[in-house]
Amino acid sequence: MSAIAELQSLSKTKGRKAPAKDNKAAHIFLIPWTIGLFLVTLGPMAMSLYLAFTDYNLLQSPEFTGFANIERMLDDQRLHNSLRVTFTYVLVGVPLQLAVALGVAILLDRGMRGLSFYRSVFYLPSMLGSSVAIAVLWKQIFGTTGLVNQMLEIIGIQGIGWISDPNTSLGSLILLNVWTFGSPMVIFLAGLRQVPAMYYEAASIDGASKWRQFRSITLPMISPIIFFNLVLQIIGAFQNFTQAFIVSNGSGGPADSTMFFTLYLYQQGFKQFDMGYASAMAWLLVLIVGAFTAVNFFVSKYWVFYDD
Amino acid sequence: MIYPLLWMVASSFRPNDLIFREAGLVISQVDWTNYPNGWDALSEPFSKYLLNSAILVLGCILGNLVSCSMAAYAFARLDFKFKKIMFVLMLMTIMLPIHVIIVPQYVMFSQIGWVNTFWPIIVPKLLATDGFFIFLMIQFIRGIPKDMDEAARIDGAGHPRIFLQVILPLMVPALATTAIFTFIWTWSDFFTSLIYLTNPSNYTVQVALNAFIDSTGESNWGALFAMSIVTLIPVFLAFLFGQKYLVKGIATTGIK
Repeated sequence: MSAIAELQSLSKTKGRKAPAKDNKAAHIFLIPWTIGLFLVTLGPMAMSLYLAFTDYNLLQSPEFTGFANIERMLDDQRLHNSLRVTFTYVLVGVPLQLAVALGVAILLDRGMRGLSFYRSVFYLPSMLGSSVAIAVLWKQIFGTTGLVNQMLEIIGIQGIGWISDPNTSLGSLILLNVWTFGSPMVIFLAGLRQVPAMYYEAASIDGASKWRQFRSITLPMISPIIFFNLVLQIIGAFQNFTQAFIVSNGSGGPADSTMFFTLYLYQQGFKQFDMGYASAMAWLLVLIVGAFTAVNFFVSKYWVFYDD
Repeated sequence: MIYPLLWMVASSFRPNDLIFREAGLVISQVDWTNYPNGWDALSEPFSKYLLNSAILVLGCILGNLVSCSMAAYAFARLDFKFKKIMFVLMLMTIMLPIHVIIVPQYVMFSQIGWVNTFWPIIVPKLLATDGFFIFLMIQFIRGIPKDMDEAARIDGAGHPRIFLQVILPLMVPALATTAIFTFIWTWSDFFTSLIYLTNPSNYTVQVALNAFIDSTGESNWGALFAMSIVTLIPVFLAFLFGQKYLVKGIATTGIK
């Protein structure tokens, strides 16, 4: 089961306690994990929840300010804009990326020659994609005199500065996200392999068209995998940082058009050292990501089909 | 798909003014100087940053292998109190945005003087905070027949010996997957290195590349491309040789 299917099934089984016969050994094996959970994860989480209600600049001790940070978030136009940018990136970028991933996976699954070669070629960008180097490359190819415009010139079109124009800069980053469709594609491919061939054979004997087979067999059979990819990619996309940072030299520009929420958080926390406000923002991000995931899980009951 | 990558490789051998004129892959005028120019463009030679990244990557791989495999053994094979709730907590940490812990972590690590050292990045790995890999290993251990453990138990082996002598040797593929993913993700990490490593002598390749953009602006694309290629080569090699494990790894965590 995937991590997500596991969480779903755990939420259904209740009560039943484990016999707990290996307590001692388990304590030893879990020493690093337990220390990590409290010292690196839960402790800092509690701390940042406290800091969210303070004014703290790292030099003086935190000063409790009640709901001041939340009120400030409600009034902060740049923060609202960063949410708009991030939501656009997630809501456009993720579905597009997954659609391409699924489409290519289906094409490759049709028994194309040289499958493993093509799989590598498509998979590679998603492994390199989070590097600074790729963001550097993107900055050049979508620049005013970059590769894209050189190619457009060949067919006689005068391109614009895609990265430097606030109307298209976010689009260039969405395209970069689509370009890294390789990881979900590999997961889709593995899923498609598990759909029993006899379903398709039966359907084609009954005269079902390819499109009909896709809608009535492929889609329901791989719906748990679509769900898995959707949840993980959404969570990942909300946290994207590197590309927006590099492309805009850390400014989120032009005109805040690539000011991702995480970039704004970084600026507030680690450039202005406004750590109280940054903590409040971090918790807002957790709530947003949590809400998206919860809605995803809830809606999944209506469209995700489990075979067993 | 990979045309932009190939074009970047070709352009790293072009003089600056030709980068903006040649959209093809044929290099009309080979210019090697981009590499030495980029290598020495910052206060330290690029080899220093490669070394820093390599140390960081090795530390993180070691940490993940030891700590995650221990935790995975407990979750996959042992019965203990609060197992279910701990397991749920572990799965939830996979989905937790790092931002909600980075500020207090930074405060904590700066108070013990760890800013501008590699510890803030390596120590969490030693403490099994990468739930993704624990889960990947749990999945793998579940696939190992329990008869193997039983046989060892009858021979008088306790859990430490079963773990070290039976399970670990059998889960080498899962360990390989973990090592390769840790390699690629740590090598490519920018956010945490940007926060913790602000002193040029501690820069990883990613932070160094960013500093390079800041120092030259966009005047020297050739050298920038050349160093970009240098930072991508290790990831490319890891991908090339570890592809089998990468494909299996993400397929098994994604599929039931």
